[in-house]
Amino acid sequence: MSNIKYILGSFGDPDEMMHGIEKLQENNIKIHDVYTPMPIHGIEAKLGVKRSRLDIAAFFFGITGTITMLTGVYLATAVDWPINIGGKTHFALPDFIPITFELTILFCAFGLVGSYYASTHLFPGRAPRVMDLRATNDRFIIAIDAKQNIEHTKIDELLKGAGALEVKYNERKYVSYE
Amino acid sequence: MGTHHYNLTEQFEFTGKAKILSIVGIVLGVAAIAYGFMSGAHERTFANLLLMAYYFACVCMSGAFFLAVQFVAQAGWSASILRVPQAMAKVLPLAVIILLVVIGLGLYTHNLYHHWNAPGLTDPNSPNYDKLIDGKSAFLNVPFFMARQVIFLGVYSIFAVLLAKWSNNEDLAGGLNSYRKSFKYSCVFLVIYGFTTPIFAFDTIMSLEAHWFSTMFGWYNFAAMWVSSLATIAVIIILLKKSGYMSWVNNSHLHNLGQFIFGFSIFWTYVWFAQFLLIYYANMSEETVYFYKRFNGYEFWFYLNLALNFLSPLLLLMDRDNKRSENILLTVSIIVLVGHWVDYYQMIMPGIFELGTASGSGFGILEVGTALGFIGLFTFAVLTALSKKPLIAKNHPFLQESLNHHL
Repeated sequence: MSNIKYILGSFGDPDEMMHGIEKLQENNIKIHDVYTPMPIHGIEAKLGVKRSRLDIAAFFFGITGTITMLTGVYLATAVDWPINIGGKTHFALPDFIPITFELTILFCAFGLVGSYYASTHLFPGRAPRVMDLRATNDRFIIAIDAKQNIEHTKIDELLKGAGALEVKYNERKYVSYE
Repeated sequence: MGTHHYNLTEQFEFTGKAKILSIVGIVLGVAAIAYGFMSGAHERTFANLLLMAYYFACVCMSGAFFLAVQFVAQAGWSASILRVPQAMAKVLPLAVIILLVVIGLGLYTHNLYHHWNAPGLTDPNSPNYDKLIDGKSAFLNVPFFMARQVIFLGVYSIFAVLLAKWSNNEDLAGGLNSYRKSFKYSCVFLVIYGFTTPIFAFDTIMSLEAHWFSTMFGWYNFAAMWVSSLATIAVIIILLKKSGYMSWVNNSHLHNLGQFIFGFSIFWTYVWFAQFLLIYYANMSEETVYFYKRFNGYEFWFYLNLALNFLSPLLLLMDRDNKRSENILLTVSIIVLVGHWVDYYQMIMPGIFELGTASGSGFGILEVGTALGFIGLFTFAVLTALSKKPLIAKNHPFLQESLNHHL
C-alpha cells in the first residue's frame, strides 16, 4: 500500500473541470473537495455542498449586539446615573435606536469575520492550508481521497480523459507555504 | 447556457374574473364617492380621493422609475419582467389626470390645502392674516402650485410613455437602437425624478399642513412610493404566474424582487425614523405639533403603520427561502401595500381634520370604498395595457441573461 493520501486532478479550464466532476460522480468516486481560483456558478449544487449557515450566525451575532447595547444604555441612563435630559424619561428608547443599530452592525460584522477565520483556519501564526498552490492562480483542482478510493489508475484515466493537464499524487494533505 | 423553450409571443388575455372584479371595484368606488358627496362629508371624500389618487400616481410613476433604474444599472435579471412596470408606466397619464383633477377641484372648492389657500391669509388687513403663510406665499400660491404639479407629472408621464414605447419598437425592429435610447433618457429621467419627487411630495401632501415642514418628508414619501410600487410589481407578476402566464419567471427573479421590497422597507423605516427622531429629540413645539396630532386620536394608525411597513417585511422577508416563495412574497407584498395606505392615511387625515369635529375623519365605507374603486381602476387599466403587447420583450439585449437567471 502506497503512502499516497490525495489525488489531485489539475485542470486549466473550468468547463473541463465540471466535466471531470460529472465523470467521477458517474463512476461513484467520492470527491473530497474542489479548489478554484474564482467562483464557479452552480458548483455547489453539483457537489452537493450544504447551504451555508452564515446567515443564521449573522442573525445571532446581530441580536447579541442589540441586546448588549440596550442593556448597557438602560444600566447607564436609568439605573446607574439617571439624568433628566429635556424632560424625557430616563430610558428614552428613540434616542438610543441609532447607537443600538450601530452596535448590531458592529457585532454582526466582527462576529462574521471571526466565524470566517475560525472556519477557514486563518489566524496569525498559522500556515495556510493549501492542497495545490496553483489553485489560487490559474488551475482548477479536484481533490480525491486516495485511501477511500483505491482504483487509482481508473481515477487517473477519468481525470485525464476529462481534460486534466496534470494528475498529482500527494503524500501530504496540505502543501503549505514554506 | 441552457436552452429554453418559452413562448416569446405569449400575450395576456384580460377576461373573466379579473375583468369582472375590477369593474365591480370601480362601481363600488364610484358609489362610495357619490355617497360621500351626498352625505355632506365633502372634505373627507376629498381627503380620500387625494389619498388614493396620490397612491395611484405614485405607484405608476415608480413603475417608470423602476424601468429607468433597470436601464441605467444595465440590469440583466429583470429583462423578462419589464412588461409589467411598462404597463404601469403606460397608465401614468391616466393617474396624472385623475390626481390633477382631484387637486384642482380640491383647491377650487377649498376642501383641500385650506391651510394655505383660504381668503385673507396673505392680506395684512384681514382678520384671517397669517404671517407664516404669507411668508411662504411666494412658493405656496395656486398658480405656481398647479404649474409645478402639471410640469412634474407631465414630465414623468412623457418619460414613462416613451420608455414603454421604445421597448415596443424594439420588439418590432430589434437591434440596439431602442436600448441605447432608453439608457440615455433613463439617465436624464432619474436625475429629474430624484430632484423633483421630494418637491412633489412637499406640495401634494406636506402642504396640507402648511405651517409645519420637514426636509426629510420628500425622501420619506419617495421611499413609500418606491416600495409600494415594487410590491405592486411583485403582486402582478406572482398572480400572472399563478394563472399560468410568465413561465420564465423563476424563484431567483422573485428573490430579487423580495430583496428590493425588504431593502426598501428598511430604507422607508430609516427615513421615517430619521424624521421622527430629530423632532422627538429637539422637542420644539412648532415641529412636534405634527406628531402631537398623530399621538392624539391616531395612535392606532401610527403604530399599525410601523408594524405593517417595518416589522412584517423585516421578520417575514429576512429569510432567503421566504423571498423565493411565491405565497410568502405575495402575502408580504399585500401587507406592504395595505401598510402604505395606512402610511398615507396618517400623513393626510390628522392634518386636515381637527379631532372631534362632526365631519372628522374615520374609517368606514368611504375609506374602504374609495380604496376599492382605485384598486379596481388600477387593475383594469394596467391589465388592459398589459394585454396589448406580448408579456416578454423578445428583443431585449439582456433577455438570455434574464431567462437563465439563477442566484
